[in-house]
Amino acid sequence: MAQVSRESDVSVTEAPTAGRTSTRRSTSKSARARRQPLLTLWRLLVFAVALTPLAYWSAQVALGNAGPEPGRYLLLNIGQATLWMLFATLSLTPLTKLTRWKGFALIRRQLGLWTLAYAVSHLLCYALFILGLDLSRLGSEIIRRPYIIVGMLALTGLVVMGVTSNQWSMRRLGKRWKTLHKLVYPVLALGLLHFFWVVRADMEQWSLYAATGALLMILRLPVVARQLPRLRQRTQRRPA
Amino acid sequence: MLIKITRPSDLRESDVTPESVYLTRRRFMGGLAGIGAGLALTGRARAATADYADVPAGSPPDWLAPKLADAEPRVVAPADPELDKLTPFDDASNYNNFYEFGTGKSDPSRRADRLETQPWSVVIDGEVNNGGRFALEDLVTPSRVEERIYRLRCVEAWSMVIPWLGISLGDVIQRADPTSRAKYVRFETLVRPEQMPGQDSSFALIDWPYVEGLRLDEAMHPLAILGVGMYGRELPNQNGAPFRLVVPWKYGFKSIKSIVRISLVEQPPVNSWQAIAPNEYGFYANVNPNVDHPRWSQATERRLPNSLFSPNIIDTRMFNGYEEEVGSLYAGMDLTKQY
Repeated sequence: MAQVSRESDVSVTEAPTAGRTSTRRSTSKSARARRQPLLTLWRLLVFAVALTPLAYWSAQVALGNAGPEPGRYLLLNIGQATLWMLFATLSLTPLTKLTRWKGFALIRRQLGLWTLAYAVSHLLCYALFILGLDLSRLGSEIIRRPYIIVGMLALTGLVVMGVTSNQWSMRRLGKRWKTLHKLVYPVLALGLLHFFWVVRADMEQWSLYAATGALLMILRLPVVARQLPRLRQRTQRRPA
Repeated sequence: MLIKITRPSDLRESDVTPESVYLTRRRFMGGLAGIGAGLALTGRARAATADYADVPAGSPPDWLAPKLADAEPRVVAPADPELDKLTPFDDASNYNNFYEFGTGKSDPSRRADRLETQPWSVVIDGEVNNGGRFALEDLVTPSRVEERIYRLRCVEAWSMVIPWLGISLGDVIQRADPTSRAKYVRFETLVRPEQMPGQDSSFALIDWPYVEGLRLDEAMHPLAILGVGMYGRELPNQNGAPFRLVVPWKYGFKSIKSIVRISLVEQPPVNSWQAIAPNEYGFYANVNPNVDHPRWSQATERRLPNSLFSPNIIDTRMFNGYEEEVGSLYAGMDLTKQY
């Protein structure tokens, strides 16, 4: 608790334009060390939470509760969960701005990789359960169906980010790494478009996804993004 | 009465009751209305329920129970019962597209029990001499209920095999006495948002009521029936109770559910799916492995139930395997354009 309040003091005195890296550096090494076990626990917790949907749906299939077409059940649920993971990943930057808690930045790579894992599982479900692993058909379907082309493009973007998510790639790519990982924005748009082409008769669910995606983008507009740390300062200055 | 099915490849002729026998039986039943009929019915009832021992008993209205029990069994049945095994009732009644109750496959079975199906009336209007509003009982009672085991091919590329109980659509239309101007039949589903939550969604793209249509000669085809039951019992609500269309050679969405209006019309009606996405869903919607849905192939289908280890993918057949019976209806048409 003491640590939290000390950190908040720092940010109150800080000019809003100052980068968050300076705050991060201002956290003392000893404090970081003290928090390490907690952060490890946090990462494990995120891992467990991200795995839960997949585990739950697999259990439902194993128990025979997934209906007469378990492959399609997995396909559709995992497809939606891919968007959940993408949203979670994209919410980390606004959350960090809002709270200055470094725990959010620490799980960015993990959630990004979870997004990739869910997307790959989604494609595997399609190839295995819808096409029956008829690889020639997989090829022709990918070429012919616009919504599948869009889905594959989004997956390609995720793969590119996934394979360059390690420390070595970050060092190698330097400044270009950040530019490359802006791919996440087109991936979000493509993912929502892919989903849009699948739903037909009722747009309610899709609208919720699109609104969530739009909100995450709005929070990145410089005008809005600048307000996030101020919002936090304002709430903290307010007397309890 | 025109139970005259042309040389079917996969439907045994022997499964079809000869018209003469059928008519004799009817006269016989009529003559014995009362004690004799009552006795015959009890025997039937036992026979019918024995076929579907594991299917939960329904609670049909008093007028329907004897009609179901007296149904002519297996008037149409698959030629290869091994290939076309009956889908378990549990799957057929829990995996449904009935967007009036939501877009999820399990939404209808979870939500449809609040639908009131008694009393039920159907308006027959348009180009008919004998139109009006009819109690369902009065529409169904004059016809013999028949069991028809049909393949059901959904446009989403999955399929089931379902034992329907229904009456001839042609019979009902003939009794309405269409005028010479009648060229098409338009069907309409109930609109009752307080019992059909899907109709309450402000994001729904379907302009309720759900509408379907057939050309008059399609509607008069002996394979087209109006369903009142399945698996030896009345229809569960999620399967389109109490009165639905079943046209087995067309994609499932043509077989409109919970019908409240049948209109004989001059112009082709615009069916709901065609109205939403005309490039994906046409008026005819005949099962056709050679014409893909823009988003997926129609060459194969997943026969349900399946499992992760065996997706049970089989080849889709022209007109869902009823080509010999219905192919002549479409002679000379370009089915890639008239999809």
